[in-house]
Amino acid sequence: MKKSTLIVMAVVVVLFLLSWVLKASALQPEQGSYILRGFLVTFAAFLTLAVMSFLYQDNPFYKFAEHLFVGVSAAFWMCMGFWTTIVQNLIPRLSTSLADYFMVPQRPEGLNLFFYTPVILGILLLMRLSPRGGWISRWPLAFIVGTTAGLNFIRYLRSDFIKQISSTFVPLLGTQWEGIGPFLSNLDLSASGQLVLLLSNWVVFLGVFTGLIYFFFSKEHKGAFGVGSRVGIWILMITFGASFGYTVMGRISLLVGRITFLFGTWLELI
Amino acid sequence: MGKRHWILLGAIVAVIIIAAVLWLFPKERWGTVFSLLLVFGGLVALLLRSLYAKEVERRIIFLFILVAVAAPILFPITFTEKPTAVVQAVFDKIENLPSGSTVLLSFDFDPAMAPEVQPMANAISRHCLEKGHKVIFMSLWATGQALLSQSLSDYILLGFPDKVDGVDYVNIGYKAGNEGVLNVIVSNFEKMFPTDVNSVPLKDIRIFDDIASAKDVDFIMSIGGGMPGPKEWVLFVGDPGDVDVGVGVAAVVAPQMYPYYPAQVIGILGGVKGAAEYEYALKDAYPVFADMDTPGLRMMGPQTLAHIVILSFIVIGNIIYFRGRRERKQ
Repeated sequence: MKKSTLIVMAVVVVLFLLSWVLKASALQPEQGSYILRGFLVTFAAFLTLAVMSFLYQDNPFYKFAEHLFVGVSAAFWMCMGFWTTIVQNLIPRLSTSLADYFMVPQRPEGLNLFFYTPVILGILLLMRLSPRGGWISRWPLAFIVGTTAGLNFIRYLRSDFIKQISSTFVPLLGTQWEGIGPFLSNLDLSASGQLVLLLSNWVVFLGVFTGLIYFFFSKEHKGAFGVGSRVGIWILMITFGASFGYTVMGRISLLVGRITFLFGTWLELI
Repeated sequence: MGKRHWILLGAIVAVIIIAAVLWLFPKERWGTVFSLLLVFGGLVALLLRSLYAKEVERRIIFLFILVAVAAPILFPITFTEKPTAVVQAVFDKIENLPSGSTVLLSFDFDPAMAPEVQPMANAISRHCLEKGHKVIFMSLWATGQALLSQSLSDYILLGFPDKVDGVDYVNIGYKAGNEGVLNVIVSNFEKMFPTDVNSVPLKDIRIFDDIASAKDVDFIMSIGGGMPGPKEWVLFVGDPGDVDVGVGVAAVVAPQMYPYYPAQVIGILGGVKGAAEYEYALKDAYPVFADMDTPGLRMMGPQTLAHIVILSFIVIGNIIYFRGRRERKQ
């Protein structure tokens, strides 16, 4: 290891200890374990800065934070899955003595041997860890994929296909067409006004229609068809632009969250 | 003019600007004005540097974003937010439900998403409790349960000391299974959630006296941004169960939810902007929330400044590009 790396590491350790001491002394002793809380706040700040340090260049602190995050996340999800679902939902249906051991209430309908099926499938899934019996894990995996595909097929067909198509059939001459006179006399620019709704419906209609033209490759994009195709690509670009804008907003919000933590909970500047 | 002369000139201009700010603005505005001057002065300097065909290193851009976000946090800049129709629709739905209705709030997010969606989750929870609705809290994310419990104890319930667990609200927590969980609760809650987080059987909880499945609740609000999340609530509960669903989503997901509005979701809170609009509507309608902490509204200052900086970088980049192209043609 290079001498400069060692010096940087030593400085970070000293700063960490200093921050821990200062943070713990700033917390009130009556607020519980202030040494532990001081450590937790300092450690959270250290991890935040370690991840942000990647923007300067890759470094061991970033790698440490990254690996810790992945490990802790996986462990947390596994523990939560075990205690909330296997212990609370599965065990009371399999064994009264195990339910008593884990202190979970018995199921009113009693034991159900059918629930040994997921237990067996779960064990087969773990066979993936065995070098010789790894192929067995494909059976439960096939069951999971098949079940998920079956469930999703119906839901997506209903909500993302049929309902979306029906939502595209929008009135292009106003929601309550009573003739041009009443239409003109009721014009207003509010978001729920007739004019705005009408414009929205036209955007939906033209957006879908021209978007479909753009993706229709069996005819050359020339003439009126070409114009439709070009409008379609503009609609797509505007959609991607809106999506990008929202993404920027999301990422900035996360940065605000971390900086608020650093300035507020850690440094107490705000 | 040499480099030293430029530095001297820059120092004199800086002193004049500082003196002008100190003289023109009240003391409480100094921080805000100086941070704005720093950001915009820096942008002008970058534009000039780029015009002289000098490269701007990416780390300088990161630094700018950091300053643009940090400055309004230290010296707050606030804006008035008028609720848009998609946000107002969610507010009106909760507002117009008769007191005592049952609302299901699902916290489908993790700590990484929390800064964005936690403000809206807190604001909607407070609104429901203030209106006297019975609230069922749950989560489809393991990390959501911890955040939900923390939110309830540290923020939401602090303003409602008279609300009783199991009678006015209940936290049934998290279950693994993603959309499988929704597929079960759309027909039976107890099969998937035999107890709440305190191990109290669902049959002993008063809120569930008239609620057998997710179809029986009056309104569902899913707050999240990943999978499983708001989209799955629409697909697996809202549509098949014919229940009104509203969604509060991380900004990245918001454009994917708009096709469902208004037929399949009654309203959308998109990112921190949606949260800020909801907080504003809540404060406007309920004087009791006048002093409520509004992280969504607070975040709009850094958001605005950061967006201005990003837009400025896009404009500067385009100026340099078109200038270079013209020079190459000549």
